[in-house]
Amino acid sequence: MVRVRNLFAVVVLSGIYSFLMASVLLVLDAVDVALTEASVGAGVGTVLLLGTLYLTKTEEARPVHSILLPLFVAVGTAAVLIWGVSATPPFGIADTPVQLAGPDYIHRSLAETGIANVVSSVLASYRGFDTLGETTVIFTAGIAVLMLLKHAAPPGSGRKD
Amino acid sequence: MRLDVILRVVTKLILPFVLVFAIYVQFHGDYGPGGGFQAGVIAGATIILYALIYGLASARRLVPAALVEAMIPLGVLVYAGVGVVGWLTGANFLDYSHLAHDPVHGQEWGVFLVEAGVFITVSATMVAIFYAFAGRGRR
Amino acid sequence: MSDLIALVGDVVAHYNQWITVFLMVSGLYIVIARGNMVKKLVGLSLFQTSVYLLYISAGKILSGTAPIIDPHFTVYSHPLPHVLILTAIVVGIATLAVGLALVVRINEAYGTIEEDEIFKRDDDR
Repeated sequence: MVRVRNLFAVVVLSGIYSFLMASVLLVLDAVDVALTEASVGAGVGTVLLLGTLYLTKTEEARPVHSILLPLFVAVGTAAVLIWGVSATPPFGIADTPVQLAGPDYIHRSLAETGIANVVSSVLASYRGFDTLGETTVIFTAGIAVLMLLKHAAPPGSGRKD
Repeated sequence: MRLDVILRVVTKLILPFVLVFAIYVQFHGDYGPGGGFQAGVIAGATIILYALIYGLASARRLVPAALVEAMIPLGVLVYAGVGVVGWLTGANFLDYSHLAHDPVHGQEWGVFLVEAGVFITVSATMVAIFYAFAGRGRR
Repeated sequence: MSDLIALVGDVVAHYNQWITVFLMVSGLYIVIARGNMVKKLVGLSLFQTSVYLLYISAGKILSGTAPIIDPHFTVYSHPLPHVLILTAIVVGIATLAVGLALVVRINEAYGTIEEDEIFKRDDDR
């Protein structure tokens, strides 16, 4: 995806990448998240990107700047990140500080809310205020896109071919 | 014979099933993966698929843009309304315990209403954004 | 020698972090190095996906199962990262939608979506 210059291919590759990521998330036992990532990333994301390509151009211009500085910044960031995550516990162990609050929610969920899906009960009941904020974010994004794109484009602008 | 006969026929056959699947995901969010967001995106994708195959004009006749734009704040209003009802019954904001005759049933009602609000907003937003992108086209 | 083996063992045990860092850095590289705006947004979504992987792999227990309560299972993966990442995915798509709408308007105003040409056109004005 980094080097491909035909934007239509980039969009298709990003759809494939979203599906692969959804499969990886499924293997990591995150079933709700995998469903959301598959439907949002590969579904609506691809549709929106294709809609944008329809309204703009489909080919990326040849890069003009040298790639040395971004490459250096990327490698430097990678080194700092690896140094930062090296102190975290290994993958998949059960008795780490990260796992402390988990069994608490798992035990309380069925007794207090009667909902078997712990993710749903945490999302809608225990952390319901965050979900209100998230719904407001979707609402704001819808309003913003409508404000920007609602009326048809003025004649003479857009694709020039 | 038009070139897209296969697409039109297959879409007409599977669209009802996709919509039923969206409603299934919405209501079974308590027992399996699912919930408001996933169901809203799938329901929005149903309308988007219809618009892609049959044209934006027929989709706009089926689901008018005014209805979709009115549904976007309606979901947020339902969600905040459940929170305010929590205030009115004497507990905190978004506290579901007093919505029914005992706390567990109150939680179930609260979660149901809240997920319905999320479903309305998410599906309406996806459809409205698609209408905006597709309706902007070249002159 | 045993130090080296311990180091290699450490590296292999953290393989989820390595994958995350690789994806994060490639997303970052696309955002900084490419001038095309649609490609930058795709790189941004690549970056966001790697962050989801970081959180969810941190919450996974190797012999557990999905956090849906069932009498057959006792060990479940941690549900809180799932909730946070669900919100993050939806916010990510909202940002992508607004970003793409802005790209469409920029294209109508300047006639191009390449960053360099936009800067040049602004300097010429």
